[in-house]
Amino acid sequence: MTHYEDIKKHIRKLFTNQKLAVLSTHHSGQPYASLIAFVGKYDLKKIFFVTPRTTRKFTNLSTDSRVAILINSSLNLDSDFHEAVSVTALGSANEINGSEKDEILGFYLSKHPYLEAFAISPTCALVEVTITTYVMVKNFQHVMEMHIDQ
Amino acid sequence: MNWILSPSEVGPDDRNRIGPKAYALSLMAREGLKIPNTLILTVDAYNAFVNSGGLRERILLELNRKTFKDMRWEEIWDCATRIRNIFLKNQIPDPLKSYLTEKIQSRFQGKALVIRSSAPDEDASGSSFAGLHESFVNVRGTSSILDHIRLVWASLWSDAALLYRQEIGLDVDNSQMAVVIQETVTGNRSGVVFSQNPNDETQVIIESVYGLNQGLVDGMVEPDRWVLDRDKRNVLSHKPAQRDHWMIPSETGVEMTPLPEDLSRRPPLSSEEAIDICELAFQAEALFKAPQDVEWTMKKDALYVLQSRPITTLSASETQDKRAWYLSLHRSVENLKALRTTIEETLIPEMIKTAKELSEKDILTLSDKELADEVRRRWKINQHWVNTYWKEFIPYAHGIRLFGQYYNDAMRPDDPYEFMNLLAQTKMASLERNQLMEDLAAMVREDRQLLECLKSGAVLDPNSKFSEKVNQFIEKFGDLSCAVTGGTECATDTRPLFKLLLEMAINPSSLASRKQPRNALTLQQRFFERFQGSKRKEAEELLDLARSSYRLRDDDNIYLGKIEAQMLNAVKETKSRVNTLESRKTHTSELDDLKSVIQDFDYGTDHRKVSIQKDEDGIKVYPRQLIGQPAGPGLSKGKARVIRHHLDLQDFKHHEILVCDSVDPNMTFVIPLAAGVIERRGGMLIHGAIIAREYGLPCVTGIPDATYLIHTGDDITVDGFLGIVTISQRHKMGFGQAF
Repeated sequence: MTHYEDIKKHIRKLFTNQKLAVLSTHHSGQPYASLIAFVGKYDLKKIFFVTPRTTRKFTNLSTDSRVAILINSSLNLDSDFHEAVSVTALGSANEINGSEKDEILGFYLSKHPYLEAFAISPTCALVEVTITTYVMVKNFQHVMEMHIDQ
Repeated sequence: MNWILSPSEVGPDDRNRIGPKAYALSLMAREGLKIPNTLILTVDAYNAFVNSGGLRERILLELNRKTFKDMRWEEIWDCATRIRNIFLKNQIPDPLKSYLTEKIQSRFQGKALVIRSSAPDEDASGSSFAGLHESFVNVRGTSSILDHIRLVWASLWSDAALLYRQEIGLDVDNSQMAVVIQETVTGNRSGVVFSQNPNDETQVIIESVYGLNQGLVDGMVEPDRWVLDRDKRNVLSHKPAQRDHWMIPSETGVEMTPLPEDLSRRPPLSSEEAIDICELAFQAEALFKAPQDVEWTMKKDALYVLQSRPITTLSASETQDKRAWYLSLHRSVENLKALRTTIEETLIPEMIKTAKELSEKDILTLSDKELADEVRRRWKINQHWVNTYWKEFIPYAHGIRLFGQYYNDAMRPDDPYEFMNLLAQTKMASLERNQLMEDLAAMVREDRQLLECLKSGAVLDPNSKFSEKVNQFIEKFGDLSCAVTGGTECATDTRPLFKLLLEMAINPSSLASRKQPRNALTLQQRFFERFQGSKRKEAEELLDLARSSYRLRDDDNIYLGKIEAQMLNAVKETKSRVNTLESRKTHTSELDDLKSVIQDFDYGTDHRKVSIQKDEDGIKVYPRQLIGQPAGPGLSKGKARVIRHHLDLQDFKHHEILVCDSVDPNMTFVIPLAAGVIERRGGMLIHGAIIAREYGLPCVTGIPDATYLIHTGDDITVDGFLGIVTISQRHKMGFGQAF
């Protein structure tokens, strides 16, 4: 499990099978973690999520757009320790407005249709994270990094 | 949840809970065949044990450190050793322990017992697991019985069992084990009957020995053999055995002792008894509707069935499985002792003599034709010793493993490799070489003029004490430029030995002081104190055997290298003459002859082809943390020095971390400079791990593609406790390369 095709395959599988991820932001050096419903693009270059603009995470992103997102396949079982795969995506977030918003929102809701009312609310922001690096952990401690030129 | 069953309680649905061996015994008991007093531990008991304290996941974590197919057999042995230690170190949880104790005590009332494996997946495979799981004879006392139950459970995860399950496609992760507990029937005659000869379906085969069946099954006692006619049920032939030993119960376990003389003169069975046993086999065959391999024992003329299973050897040639090979991975003490005598008294002296004889022959005086013949002769000699190495020396390494298991069973250490401390500091040729290098480096360090001379590459005084000592070193170990011990002048442009001596002189080794015999003496005392009488002698013998095995694990390569170096010398001279003759443009039949012999040699070429994957879609992949096997405890940070070719070693710098595909003793002269060792090849007993332990260096083995994922100059950390390598900063030159 070393070569990039394998890693890409694992990340795409996580994009498909996992609905939730943990988003890390910070404010004045104080780290903050929150759960997000995400969707990832096939080319692995972007991850999207929605959030009300009043949330702590959105406030944090407004002052520092750098984020880490953890996605993993654990099932809360003992077997997770040898079977689960996790990936941490590092990148930079920004809110999407304008013409492309509808298309991306459609893409987002195709995975999370139950969030439609929430996502289209005028108080809710669609956030795009441009990924620079994935750090994938597998076999408990085997870690590979994948860097993406945007 | 039913942890224990009596054979009479076993029903048709219990087959998968008790395994085929226990199920067959239960059926035979029901049909009126005589079996020893028996209880069966179902797989529920096994599951209750592994589900307690997270043991199941600890086992699976061990097994899933790497993809199984990427693990070499030696890594699988290590993995099995760690898993066995998990079973040894963890007690059976209280409710189960109390239940088993009460049931076993009330059923057997303190009698000696046999603890046998009965794995359900043996049924699913249609293959034979005979010999792959452990059984123990003559076990006494509740504590010891519970211990041996854990050992039978652990044997589910032995290296041979793991490999075999993998080969025949069983689900290793979900394997489980039932256990048959029986009263030991101390039969005075025992044996095996095949209701159908695997090679002739008209015949029955009986093998029989005096004493316990263990002697026959383990191959320790040669059996008498009878061939009977299946239809007429009469004896066709009887082949007597040597009959000099038998296996009998000892105070704890079993022991081989000389057979009393009156017994050695007569066969263990009469013809009538052989026919009775044949009838027993037919009863089993009728019951199971297939030819059977039945183990039996006789006590005071009462015939007991110990187990019955289908004859899988009938299809062995068709399946071509490797079970026999997996079983051969474990050698008996007797076998290893015989091997030791051969190696120490015959093979090593012959290797030394051969290398000396070759070195004394002056190849420069040979004619072209004689030289071509000499190369061919040396090639044959070298090939002979390479074959001997694989056939005799490699199996001898099992002496270390045998001792390791013996030590772990007796001491139950937290670290399953604690036993290695008793083997370290053994006198090895590679350590002698490294010590000589340290002595030479000290001379350079103390002599400023000499140091400057080596730095500038000036010619040394040939009559100096240093030159004299260097020459002695080269005579014994070569100039280190070649991939074999004793080779010289493989490098074209520099003197690797001097470069390394300079590096060692400028950076006095702190490793010399680290080469401490880590509490070895205390451990040894504690180990011996565990045994009394004949058991103490056995423990001493095993430690001695293991030390010899450990020493030879390194030394054999050094001796082999010296022979190969002599072959290379002749090849080098041949190449030189070919070049001379070709430059003169003189074409002779001798030139053709010389050219033809060197065509077979292609030294120094790296045939490894690893496809380095290029970027695609702007994506690059880098390793951050790689997991292998912990092979030498310790933590170390430093720059990586990746060795892809032997000559890369000459650039080795103080406190670098050696990263290589496969360390052999002809490379380990850089170890005194190193801060850690990383090797692609996995295993605790490979050369890299052994030398790293000798020097107290952290070592991680079994990192796939280590020499391609890590680049020279990368900042790396070696965690030899956990088997983890972290690349914290990639070297600038290497950063552009992605995988």
